[in-house]
Amino acid sequence: MDSLIAVVPMACVTASAIAAMTAEAFRGPGERMPIGPLGAVGLTGAAIAVLLLWNRDASSFGLVSADNFGLFVTGILIVVGLLSLGISGPTLSRQQLPRGEYYTLMLFALGGMMLMAASVDLLVIFLALEVLSLAVYVLTGIRRESALSTEASFKYFLLGAFSSAFFLYGIAFTYGVTGSTRLDRVGAAMAAQAMSPTPLHQLAVGLVLVGFAFKVSAVPFHMWTPDAYEGAPPSVTGFMSTGVKAAAFAAFVRVFLSAFEPLRGEWTVLLWGIAAATMILGSVAGVAQTNVKRMLAYSSIAHGGYVMVAMVAGNDLGKGAVLFYLLTYAVTNLGAFGVIAVLERSDRPNDRIQDYAGLSKTHPVLALLMTVFLLSLGGFPPFGGFIAKWYVFSAAVSGGYTWLAVVGVLTSVVSVFFYLRIVVMMYMTPTDQPTLCPVVPRVAGTALLVSAVITLYLGMMPTRVLDWAAGSIATIF
Amino acid sequence: MIALPVAGALLLLFLRGRDETAPLARRVALVVSVLVFAETLLLWTQFDSSSADFQFVERYAWIPAFGISYAVGVDGISLFLLVLTGFLTPIALLSSWESVHTKTRAFCIIILLLESAMMGVFVSLDLFLFYIFWDAMLIPMYFLIGIWGYDRRVYAAVKFILYTLAGSVLMLLAILGLAALHSTVTGRYSFDLLALNTLEISPYLQFWFFLAFALAFAIKVPLFPFHTWLPDAHVEAPTAGSVILAGVLLKMGTYGLVRFAFPLFPLAAVFFAPYLASLAVVGIIYGALVAMVQPDLKKLVAYSSVSHLGFVVLGIAAMNLQGVQGAVYQMLSHGVSTGGLFLIVGMLSDRRHTRLIAEFGGLKKVAPRFVAVFLLVTLSSIGLPGLNGFVGEFLILLGAFTWDPRFAVLAATGIVLSAVYMLWMFQRVNYGPVTSEKNLALPDLAPREWAVLAPIAAVVVVMGVLPNVFLRPMESSIERLLDRVHGTVPISIQAADLEPVAPVTVTSPESANVDR
Repeated sequence: MDSLIAVVPMACVTASAIAAMTAEAFRGPGERMPIGPLGAVGLTGAAIAVLLLWNRDASSFGLVSADNFGLFVTGILIVVGLLSLGISGPTLSRQQLPRGEYYTLMLFALGGMMLMAASVDLLVIFLALEVLSLAVYVLTGIRRESALSTEASFKYFLLGAFSSAFFLYGIAFTYGVTGSTRLDRVGAAMAAQAMSPTPLHQLAVGLVLVGFAFKVSAVPFHMWTPDAYEGAPPSVTGFMSTGVKAAAFAAFVRVFLSAFEPLRGEWTVLLWGIAAATMILGSVAGVAQTNVKRMLAYSSIAHGGYVMVAMVAGNDLGKGAVLFYLLTYAVTNLGAFGVIAVLERSDRPNDRIQDYAGLSKTHPVLALLMTVFLLSLGGFPPFGGFIAKWYVFSAAVSGGYTWLAVVGVLTSVVSVFFYLRIVVMMYMTPTDQPTLCPVVPRVAGTALLVSAVITLYLGMMPTRVLDWAAGSIATIF
Repeated sequence: MIALPVAGALLLLFLRGRDETAPLARRVALVVSVLVFAETLLLWTQFDSSSADFQFVERYAWIPAFGISYAVGVDGISLFLLVLTGFLTPIALLSSWESVHTKTRAFCIIILLLESAMMGVFVSLDLFLFYIFWDAMLIPMYFLIGIWGYDRRVYAAVKFILYTLAGSVLMLLAILGLAALHSTVTGRYSFDLLALNTLEISPYLQFWFFLAFALAFAIKVPLFPFHTWLPDAHVEAPTAGSVILAGVLLKMGTYGLVRFAFPLFPLAAVFFAPYLASLAVVGIIYGALVAMVQPDLKKLVAYSSVSHLGFVVLGIAAMNLQGVQGAVYQMLSHGVSTGGLFLIVGMLSDRRHTRLIAEFGGLKKVAPRFVAVFLLVTLSSIGLPGLNGFVGEFLILLGAFTWDPRFAVLAATGIVLSAVYMLWMFQRVNYGPVTSEKNLALPDLAPREWAVLAPIAAVVVVMGVLPNVFLRPMESSIERLLDRVHGTVPISIQAADLEPVAPVTVTSPESANVDR
């Protein structure tokens, strides 16, 4: 049984997903089942498992490894899951979405993400990627009668399938040149060839890079992001912009900074360029948006760029920075999308910037929370976003990538401009017809408050989490 | 001892719990700010002016893994800036007693938050902490301008925050670079000013670091080509905002030059000093000329700030005792007199809802007491001997003259010009016949307004007559600074026993690469 220990967290989540599916199947017409709480129970179980597994360095089948790195990301995903469940309520009831399917898909996606974060085999990573992607494709299009939602889902699916093919090709070539898909063996074989990499090596690394770059919506593979984020229901957008990104980056970092590390010289330049382009395009295109969801979509592209800056740096600081950044970004971004979700009404989405005019009058608390999230995304102290950005840039500077850091800080100033546009709308734009604010359900309100408190905590007292992040990279790299 | 920012913030939380009764919030905020002021005064009385060291130092490890600590302390340079902050905040609150009607509670909270952030900037001895306060200060100011400002407030607020941010992020990189350098030299990260002061930095790095720091500070000051945010921000901000902006915020830039940029990078400082001084002189003359033609009172005062702050930078660039002392003194006196001018303009605009000079005229007949105070503050801003403005400008010119007479001569024309634009403005507003009928019924100073202006007037006179009270405590700190810049004392403080004791767990990048 010992070998099964490492999969316990994802098993908990998957079990709750199956339970949710069963409950939905046996539900009488009109009967309401507490399916959301069921998911929360599964996630709590996963959280306990993570705490117990911490520092144990367990592994199952040689394919899944519960090292601290994977556990930290699993922890992030648990937070993402709980908060997503919390903010889903208003969307579900106002959009009349099928409750059971929604929760089931979300939980399956979470299980896939956790597997992706913990697997140490390229094929298992691919498997996990597909599990989570399929669930998220469906979630994106869960508003079946909405053309926007269907289009988003279809676009996301087509491009996603395309990138999966790239990823698979990459795995195949990797297997071809190294004779294995296990990351440690791949790493050893790559190290042996590091002095004289063949074109096939480069091709393998490049194709895998493309696959990951698509999943983390890096430029130039970001095209699907704004449409998918805009079309999906806001709670789903929040979920996929944080969960998918965290899981994909976990695997990205694991593959590139351990297995492909020997070929660093080959891919650093590529990643440097992608990171810079991602940051620039994300923040510059964000300025031109008039829809809050699209704006945050571009902002999340830019944030992916910052994480890649830390990857380019590649030193211990950088690896820790990836983890801390993902956590901060997840909490903050979910909070922001949570506010959007709460504001949505059944008759209109309320997601244009103008809809936020006068929000500080109609709902001061919501406006304040949104301000906290936006300022944190913009990287202002004393919020978590600042510490996270600082961590990333200090990794880049001490790794000698000063110019990348310069691009990073300047683009973050540009992004502040569009975050502030929403703040301006909420606080400084008088309006005759303020958006009528729907009642905030208690669960969703609590989730938002919790996000804000975590955001503040990460900004004011980051020591403990920073230590965890620094500690969890020590185990694998 | 130096729990000032913390105290302010804590009391603020207490305030937040109160209900929506506006007068109560106002009173609580006022009491808090007066208490903070009293605390700064207490600090002054306990300050040992013979010592050049940082006093009342408090130091707690905050993020030990990166050598970041909550390190605060006061020396002769920051002491008076603290007092100034403490002095102007209650005045700013009091000045908005009647002009701010909406969201009063939020207004008070924001002013107090701003105060604690400003205090934080002046006491930080840790560069990271300094940067946090520096950036955190932007948010309340942004809201202050954006919510309670005049017509083009949103534009001004966004311009303000983006300008300042653009400068400061590069400073952040320089700070990170310094910390990384410290870790390659000593094996651990540190953001401690005293520890970083002991670093040997190559001239090449000094050049870039200084440039990044100086850009951030130059935007804040604002030095000549970077000043364009200032007139907008000043004009659109509410009176309280303008007072704090002119009185304290602008000083952060010059304070940063004195505290960080010059001592950390002495070689680069000596190299760049002539360029800074040239920009400063251009700013002095340009600011004065532009101020002269402004039809708007507030804009006039704003451009006069550009001119006056040019003096401060000139004094700093001169890097001798008179120059720097004059610069610090000028920071204080500019805070007081320009703060006073903004208050006066605010009162005029509260009464008439216009700030155009042409709308006024002959106020002396209508409101003699008001005009008397107006005259006093105007003269102090010009630098009349016996009032506060004179001491600083005189010392700066003296310092600049011993350094490079050309700068002094050019800057001196700035003083003449300032007399021209200030007196001309004063004449147009206050003398002559009453041109507009609306001005006939203009009320003289109300008791509340007396309470606002009387302390300003008193300080103006005291600082003019008894400059030594202020100059003495600065002296030894400034001498230490100059020694550091001119390199007569290579290492000023034994940093080893001042560094945070916590061990550093994160290894430097080099050793990490070896491990792998």
